[in-house]
Order: sequence, then C-alpha cells, then structure tokens
Amino acid sequence: MSVVEIQGVSKEFKGGTVALQDIDLQIEQGEFVSLIGPSGCGKSTLLRVIGDLIEPSRGAVTVNGKSARQARQDHDYGIVFQDAVLYNWRTVAKNVALPLELAGWSRERRQARVEEMLDLVELRGFADHHPWQLSGGMQQRVSIARALSFDPALLLMDEPFGALDEMTRERMNAELLRIWEASKSTVVFVTHSIAEAVFLSTRIVVMSVRPGRISKVIPVDLAQPRGTATREEPRFFELATEVREALHLGGHVEVPA
Amino acid sequence: MTASIGRRSAEWLPALGVLVAMIGLWEGLVKALHVKRFLLPAPDAIWRAFASNQSLLWRAGWWTFQEAFGGFAIGCIAGILLAVVVARFDLLGHALMPYAIAANAVPIVAFAPITNAWFNPLDKSSKMAIAAVLCFFPVFVNVVRGLRSVKPQQLELMRSYAVGELTVFRLVRVPTALPYLFTALRVASVLAMIGAIVGEYYGGSLDSLGANIEQDASLFQFERAWAEIVIACIFGIGFYLAVAAAERFATRWQPRIETSGS
Repeated sequence: MSVVEIQGVSKEFKGGTVALQDIDLQIEQGEFVSLIGPSGCGKSTLLRVIGDLIEPSRGAVTVNGKSARQARQDHDYGIVFQDAVLYNWRTVAKNVALPLELAGWSRERRQARVEEMLDLVELRGFADHHPWQLSGGMQQRVSIARALSFDPALLLMDEPFGALDEMTRERMNAELLRIWEASKSTVVFVTHSIAEAVFLSTRIVVMSVRPGRISKVIPVDLAQPRGTATREEPRFFELATEVREALHLGGHVEVPA
Repeated sequence: MTASIGRRSAEWLPALGVLVAMIGLWEGLVKALHVKRFLLPAPDAIWRAFASNQSLLWRAGWWTFQEAFGGFAIGCIAGILLAVVVARFDLLGHALMPYAIAANAVPIVAFAPITNAWFNPLDKSSKMAIAAVLCFFPVFVNVVRGLRSVKPQQLELMRSYAVGELTVFRLVRVPTALPYLFTALRVASVLAMIGAIVGEYYGGSLDSLGANIEQDASLFQFERAWAEIVIACIFGIGFYLAVAAAERFATRWQPRIETSGS
C-alpha cells in the first residue's frame, strides 16, 4: 500500500488560475520525494492537497489508504513550513509537546517524548528556552521535532530551509537525512534548490509552470548514507544536470543555484 | 532576564537627576524672576499646599480614581467582548470597523457635559460613562487587530492538527492578541483619568479632583489647584504602572526591548 496516492488531481483557484493539472503520483513507504519547480508551479499547493489543507478541484488523494481528510483527522502526517511557526509564548519543550497535548497525551508521556525528540534534533539543553532565543536553524529543528513528535507515517515539508543561509542549509540537509533514517518516516519535500533535492531525495518530481504539471520523475540512485562527500561525486553532478535540464524543458528559464 | 538592582538603579538615576534638576530650576526661576503666583507657583508653595491639605487631597484623588477605574473596567471589558465577536464574523467587522476607527479619532471627551446630563452629575456613574466610552474604542480596535494578526501558517498548522475553532482561539489567537490588548490598556488607563477629571470640570461632586481643581483655580487658590494636579499625576502614573506591570506578567515570555514610555 502506498503512503500517498494521488490520482488525476487538478486545482483551479478562484479567478481561473490553474495551479495543478492532472497530477498522478504514488509515494511508497520510506521514500524521500522532493517536489521541485519554478515559483508558481503548484508544488506547495500539491503538498497542501496531500495534507488536506487545500481541497483539490478534481481527483482523489489517499494517505495511508484513507481519504486525505480522514488522514489529517487521524494525525497521520506532520508538517514543517518555511517559517518555523513556533509559538513564542511557549518554551521549546512546550512547542514540541503541542501536538501531543492536543492528542491528549499524559504529562509524563509528553515529557518523555519531548526529551527523546530534542535528542533526535540535537537540542537537548534548550528545552526551557523560548523560540526567539534560538537561531533560525535551531528554530527549524524544533519545528521538525514537533512534526515528528507524534510519530506520523508521513512528514510534509514546505521549503523548510529556504530562509537559511547556504552553510546552515547544508548542515540541516545532513541532519534531516539522519533524522529521516532514524525515524523511518516517509518524506515529501518541497524545494527550489536542485542541490538540495539531489542530496536528500530518493526520487525527484520535477514540475512545470502554468499549468502546474509533473514534467519528469527522476530516481536518485546515490548511495546511502550520504554525506559531504556525496556532493562531490560525479553521479551527484550528473543527476543535478538531469534535474536542471528537466526544469528548462518545463519552461523554466531562471539560472538555478 | 531580570536586571540586577545595580543595573536598574544605573538606569533610573539619570532620570531621577533630571527630575531634581527640573524642580530646582523651576524653584530658582520663579524666585529670581518674581513670577506671579497665578501664572506659576513655586514648588515649595505647592508642597506646602499639598502637605496642609493631605487628607482632603488623597480622598479626592481616590474618588476620581474610582470613577476612572470603573469606567476603564466597563469600557475595556465591553471593547474586548465586542472585538471577539467582530473578529470571528468578517461581515460584522466590515460593517463596524470603519466607524470604530473613525470614533477612535474623535475627541470623545467633548461629550463629557452630555454624559453629565444623562446621569446624575454628582454621582460617579456620569464620569464612569465618559471614561468607559474613551477606553472602549482603542481597546476594541486593537483587540480586533490582534486577534486577526495570526499568521496564515499558524492557522494551517492548527488545521493540520484537526482542532476546533475554540482551541485555535485559546492556543493561538488570544496569546497573539495579548500584546495588542495591553498596548490599548496602557492608553486606556491614561484616557480614563483624563475622562474622569474633565467630566468633573463640567460639574461633579466636591469630593472629586476635577471639581476641586476647577473651584480652586477660580478662587485664585493656585497652590492648591497645583497640589491637586500633583495628586492626579500620582494616581494616573500609578494606574499606568499597574497596567504595565500586569502586561509584563501576562507577556513574560516576550523578549524585553528597552523602550521609554509606550
């Protein structure tokens, strides 16, 4: 059974903008799938359709074999946005515990899980800090810990490192791969960075603009686990080139980073 | 987070120095230039008037403060309640907000003689009414803004948790609105005192500050009038500081940025 199954999904916004057209995509358990494309190709919209944050105009989405709505209500996925979206009035520990609180976990269970999650994202010792006392990269790690705290089968990430500098971004990429391996979750990752997509993914979905469609799906066969050396392999450059060319064929004219 | 007493006093001392210097300068200039006492009495004369009328002054100040506080409570609670309703229903907001913002810019204190006519002018309720109306608009407008200033992604996150509107209100909207609310409450605490005193100028109990200031000024008892103004300042500043302290407590999670005044 696929974790995510998208069949014939289209989305038209009011005013006639076609954000998505005839999207078919299956994502299997344990995959790390990146959605890449120019601004306005609907990659964030597609992520939100999977999370039932936006309803598609046509087509069907199932998550864990259920309707997207049911999956959302069952807390089947965690989500991370470009901004960490932390609540400043809550400490780091209480931010991570928020979904557990809403799911009715007891205080002891919450506390134990929060410690576990802060270890996972290497923020032990920051439990009682407030978000504004942390750097952007650390805030995003809190956000990831929160998304994974209730052990969802699926992790949705919408350009989570887009606002970080290049150095921090590369470090966070490595962190994320480690977390992904440790948590054995399935990840759908929206990005507009080719290097990021190639480094992280097991599969890259290249999208084109106006209307938003899937123009190419590129499997990434780089060996796991990946590290700094991965970024210097010839195969890394071949794949990056393949993605870049697919983006250009899709009408993308910007020079990608 | 909490500044040490030493650092605190280092911050306060210069301001205290300025106050002492100002009073000294005032005293010196009034004496040296033989300023007429109806233009500006010297600080030592005001102090004597203050010391010899203490019990009357504090009683009048307390009376006026009760009016201000009563109006503040009524106006702020009404403002908050209506704001919650308006922030929830967009249509109501579109219908009411332009008028609320316009009313916020109106010198409402001009209505003071009229609220005196609506209620018994000797009763505290007439001054509470004007103070309440003064407090209502800034609180209403700011709380609506605060409740609506929640970022869309925060709402998306809550939607991903599939929680109800009440939970979103409690967990996200209220904390987001708190700083906006307190900004308005600080303004309202000042407006409430102004409203009560100005209301008393147009006729009020002789137990109140405004009526006393008005009377003493017309009887050429300027030192007493100034002493009453000093009392008004003490109550006004105390009220403001109490609201500011409540704000610090309610939003103690916030980073403290050193600012002067609001």
